[in-house]
Amino acid sequence: MRFLARRLGFYLLTAWAAITLNFLIPRLMPGDPVELLVARMKGNVEPEAIDAMRRAFGISDASLWQQYLDYLGNLARGELGRSITFFPTEVSTVIADSLPWTVGLVGVATLISYLIGTSLGVLMAWRRGTWLDGVLPAATFMHAVPYFWVALALVFVFGVTLQWFPVSRAYGLDVMPGMTGEFAASVLYHAALPAVTIVIASMADRILGMRNVMVTTLGEDYVVMAEAKGLTSRRVMWAYAARNAILPNITSFALSLGFVVGGSVLTEIVFSYPGIGSMLLKGVENEDFPLMQGIFLVISLAVLVANFLADLAYVVLDPRTRQESE
Amino acid sequence: MNVLEIRDLGVDYLSQSGAVHAVADVSLDLRRGEILGLAGESGSGKSTLANAVARLLRPPAAITSGSVVYHRQDGTAVDVLALKRDELRAFRWKELAVVFQSAMNSLNPVSTVGAQIEDVLRIHAPKMSRNDRSERAVELLQRVGISADRRRSYPHELSGGMRQRAAIAIALALNPEVIIMDEPTTALDVVVQRDILHEIRALREEYGFAVVFITHDLSLLMEISDRIAIMYAGRVVETGTAEALHRTPRHPYTLGLLRSFPRLHGPREELLGIPGTPPDLRSLPPGCAFHPRCGRAVEECSTRLPLLTRGPNGSDGSDGEVACLLNGGRGVEETS
Ligand SMILES: Nc1ncnc2c1ncn2[C@@H]1O[C@H](COP(=O)(O)OP(=O)(O)O)[C@@H](O)[C@H]1O
Ligand SMILES: [Mg+2]
Repeated sequence: MRFLARRLGFYLLTAWAAITLNFLIPRLMPGDPVELLVARMKGNVEPEAIDAMRRAFGISDASLWQQYLDYLGNLARGELGRSITFFPTEVSTVIADSLPWTVGLVGVATLISYLIGTSLGVLMAWRRGTWLDGVLPAATFMHAVPYFWVALALVFVFGVTLQWFPVSRAYGLDVMPGMTGEFAASVLYHAALPAVTIVIASMADRILGMRNVMVTTLGEDYVVMAEAKGLTSRRVMWAYAARNAILPNITSFALSLGFVVGGSVLTEIVFSYPGIGSMLLKGVENEDFPLMQGIFLVISLAVLVANFLADLAYVVLDPRTRQESE
Repeated sequence: MNVLEIRDLGVDYLSQSGAVHAVADVSLDLRRGEILGLAGESGSGKSTLANAVARLLRPPAAITSGSVVYHRQDGTAVDVLALKRDELRAFRWKELAVVFQSAMNSLNPVSTVGAQIEDVLRIHAPKMSRNDRSERAVELLQRVGISADRRRSYPHELSGGMRQRAAIAIALALNPEVIIMDEPTTALDVVVQRDILHEIRALREEYGFAVVFITHDLSLLMEISDRIAIMYAGRVVETGTAEALHRTPRHPYTLGLLRSFPRLHGPREELLGIPGTPPDLRSLPPGCAFHPRCGRAVEECSTRLPLLTRGPNGSDGSDGEVACLLNGGRGVEETS
């Protein structure tokens, strides 16, 4: 429990740092970012929008400290200012509309990738020295291939050439969003290629990571002992070897979450998937600082939450972390 | 009489720089219910021999020659090296169990000790109910001196001695005929070591299993064993009752072991009684592998390989053997 408390403290501190940086960066930029934006838009901005931007940045004549407190207060109420791109929609609304798509797509794809990659890694370690070793060079290659490359390849082959799958949007134009089977089918159909992209691009890491730790674990005395006890191979492989080998992999998985998020943003952009990644692109295109800031904040916090979940999983899976005294 | 018969067993570790002959021409008998001590410097092939008998060797180790025969109580003989996968699974732990050197490493760190006992029961005694299994686990733990509530403890929550006791409890789970203990007490301090030795003896009286007890500490073996075999560079160089070996060791190496005082702290390997270092198993000296370190070596020792023959330790009705050319094959003749 002490372990978790310490980690939680660390994440809270990190979250605070992220939030504060989010507040400070616009203020550290030379000049007034709002005036800069207005100038770039060649004055084509309604006074309301300028006002919104000022509020989004929390810029006022009050002291920095007062601005900071206001900013925190707004944040606590979920107010991130108004988006310029989708003016006058609130940034929080834009994010709330796009986040479920990202969480659904990236969450499910990452889970699938983790499960398949881990199982394959376990099997490859167990059967090392057989034909399964032939997967290794392929995995090492995939490990080095970036997300957008996989995405483009899939778009080209299955989207453009074979025309098996749609290459943009989250659901067809011909279906009404709602709790219908038709809508669900359309969503799954549209999610196929982006999901496969994320699975393929992130799975190699899981395979290689799991295989390497697993090979080491197989040499441990408790695995030899399990074998000596006359347990079935399956039980030795999963309950003794894999069960222990998964622990360091949870940590490395948490560490790689940043890459998964970054890669997913690119994937969404390639597939015009209406998630947070595509919103971020729109924000960048339109120099929509409030939107970008909001999205960066959400992504940072999401990575922290995911890390904490990984820690939770670690505590559940490793009794040694539950030790009271250290 | 014999529960296990090892004949001419040879094990090599294959490597690029040549084969390491870790075990060569080893013949040993284990009698029903006895404690057989196996001693020798580290690197002399004790663990390799034990793992070969338990069929736990992995590549690059390979059995190159010999046989291991196990005799069931009902008289049927089992060729251990020829057991198929399922037969082997039954053989291991129902008939033969192993206690490894480091109980910290041989217990699964993410599973409770109770679960690790019940694991064995679930596989080998599928008819047992869940309740029976946990009752049996508690009974076994108590039998080796661990209280019932420790059943739910994880290995890291137990002391080194307790972990080793738990490992012994796991070995006892199915009442095996043979338990191989590979340096079960080496990592423990002397007091705990003594306790566990006594426990092993007591359990042996109660359950009647035979033990192969491996250690590099000969003085320890003298206390616990009925018979002792001494290994040097992969070969058995002397066997005999603990008493005979203590009184009249025949091999100069045994004599050296007896005269050396393993230090309580620091590296135990340092044996003051024997000069030099163990030989490289890839290229053994010709003749008797021990001759470069032997103060009594004669010319013949560097050319002829002494074979294990029934020696004077056997003449008093016991079956002591020695592999030494001195005194016409009877080895040294002085008391330790
Ligand atoms: N995996 C291995 N590969 C190559 N050589 C090994 C391996 N394991 C053990 N050996 C060699 O085999 C010899 C016997 O080792 P071992 O049976 O562990 O001795 P002991 O248990 O008596 O200390 C040693 O010389 C060691 O170097
Ligand atoms: Mg050893």
